[in-house]
Amino acid sequence: MSAIIEAAGLTTYKLGEYHPFQAAGVEFLYLVPSGAIFALEGTAREVIDLLKDGEAPRELIVKTLLNRGHTRQSIETTLAEMEEIEAIYSGKRPNPIPSKIPLQEFPLQRVVLNVTNQCNLACTYCYEYSDDKITQTTGKQKYMSTDVAESAIDMLVRESATRRGIHVTFFGGETLLNFPVMRSTVEYANSKAAEAGKSIEFSLTTNATLLTPEIVDFLSEHRIGVTVSIDGDRELNDRQRVFHNGKGSYDVIVPKIKDLLKRHRTNSIGARVTLTAGVSDVRRIYKHLTEEIGFDSVGFSPATASPQRLYSIGPQKMDNVLDAFAALAWEYRDLALTGHQHGFTNVSDTLKELHSGISKAYPCGAGLGLLGVSTEGDIGLCHRFVDSPVGKMGHLSEGGIDHEARREFLGTHHIGARYDCHTCWARPVCAGGCYHEAFIHHGNTSAANLHYCDWIRGWNDVCLQVYGEIAVRNPKFLDRFAEN
Amino acid sequence: MNSVKAINRKAKKVEQVAIAESGDVHALQQGKSKADGKVYHPMGCTLNFTPGWEVDISGGTAGLCQPVERDLFDCYLGCGWPAQVPDHLNNAPDWTDKCSSAANDWRKVDIVFP
Repeated sequence: MSAIIEAAGLTTYKLGEYHPFQAAGVEFLYLVPSGAIFALEGTAREVIDLLKDGEAPRELIVKTLLNRGHTRQSIETTLAEMEEIEAIYSGKRPNPIPSKIPLQEFPLQRVVLNVTNQCNLACTYCYEYSDDKITQTTGKQKYMSTDVAESAIDMLVRESATRRGIHVTFFGGETLLNFPVMRSTVEYANSKAAEAGKSIEFSLTTNATLLTPEIVDFLSEHRIGVTVSIDGDRELNDRQRVFHNGKGSYDVIVPKIKDLLKRHRTNSIGARVTLTAGVSDVRRIYKHLTEEIGFDSVGFSPATASPQRLYSIGPQKMDNVLDAFAALAWEYRDLALTGHQHGFTNVSDTLKELHSGISKAYPCGAGLGLLGVSTEGDIGLCHRFVDSPVGKMGHLSEGGIDHEARREFLGTHHIGARYDCHTCWARPVCAGGCYHEAFIHHGNTSAANLHYCDWIRGWNDVCLQVYGEIAVRNPKFLDRFAEN
Repeated sequence: MNSVKAINRKAKKVEQVAIAESGDVHALQQGKSKADGKVYHPMGCTLNFTPGWEVDISGGTAGLCQPVERDLFDCYLGCGWPAQVPDHLNNAPDWTDKCSSAANDWRKVDIVFP
């Protein structure tokens, strides 16, 4: 039909690609793939409505709107503007997928140093030790040496090229089992960054069992951001986060965390919760970690696990998690409307991306600006892939980054190559999801994580509504998401 | 934009591009910044506009950043863009022989028939 109309010289309009949402009585379009968010004014709303069956001739739209009392000028302006932002289009459909940019030497921004592959806890769901593990640490050095750590820092400074800000994340195993190397590496990295005229930041992920007042002083002195793995109150945390003898870790870590929160004020300290089959009461966990323990920020993520694992959270529980996330997100919105910050980082992280209008070619920085380094100097896509045959990106003792492997990886994992994602409106923020999750579930890092698509779309819809309402009622709040 | 309101940062960028693509052209010397979303082409540059176009925003020549005569010779001698003026290198090497001073002798520059 449209071809006949167009052949007759008549313009036909069709709806562009977008996700519509409402907030604070305003209708919005989240445009895909640009990631732009526009609010619709009166005439534009009517145009969308007239096109809701898919398409309509321009003349019909103009005539209908003239009959409704709109002026010809306002109709023409509306159609032109909506076409310019690709909310509607005539003729050929705009290309939905960004073309691949030939990647040259992409500057490194962050290395994650797995300073040990050992851990004093035996959390059931750990991707490093569970049945789903892809790392092969048997026979490998248990602790990173000073030489390897310094060589990794040299690589970061060298490969960051002209990038001014660089970042080092200390990871494990349990990172603090190798605190001496962490300490000396911070000093070495500071001096190397200063020599190169770069600014450097550090972060640490820890289970908090080995924190001491001296370590807290060190973290505070060097402004090291800390992420503490903890799954909630005693009952919930100790279901999975146990020592090797089966004893829960809660009673050991809580006094240490409180001391950390009290005395380390120079950088952010966040809690990271892993959701599993028995640990999914999001509200209860959030309340406990913020009100009882004192964290300012809490982030949640489901355990990466094959569906057959007992601790795997499963689709039904994840639906409940989405409801609980939404309830906390509305709480976030209510606080934001009064200018206050809520600590649910899953919302703030997503709002930041929605505010900038990110449109990702890759789901995360792994292999791009971020690389992981193992205890012996094996370089992987990220900390989850070091000492693994998958996602290998070179070795410190073999010339550093394998640029050919990196280029090949980035070529095959670009959103343009993820055909399953090409019709999904959430692709600007998701881009297919975690490589590690994809490998565990689908056996391939380049597979889209189809098992959680509905969840991701549901969550992004909630966040868009939160964003829309803040944008209408307290737009100044969004200034905090401005890029540095 | 009147019918849609840009909300996030990307939308503001999309809006800027849309306005820039449909906006008026202004001379550089009009003193406006790029921030208002208008397109600013350097007037007098023959890479953008053909000779004969060169008038300023008021329709005269006083506000151009280059005198019109400069464009003529830039195209003919330096630019080598044959679509715009006769080509000095191959086809019309003597086109401006009678025009020693463009400001005075421009009438002597005649039409060329290839």
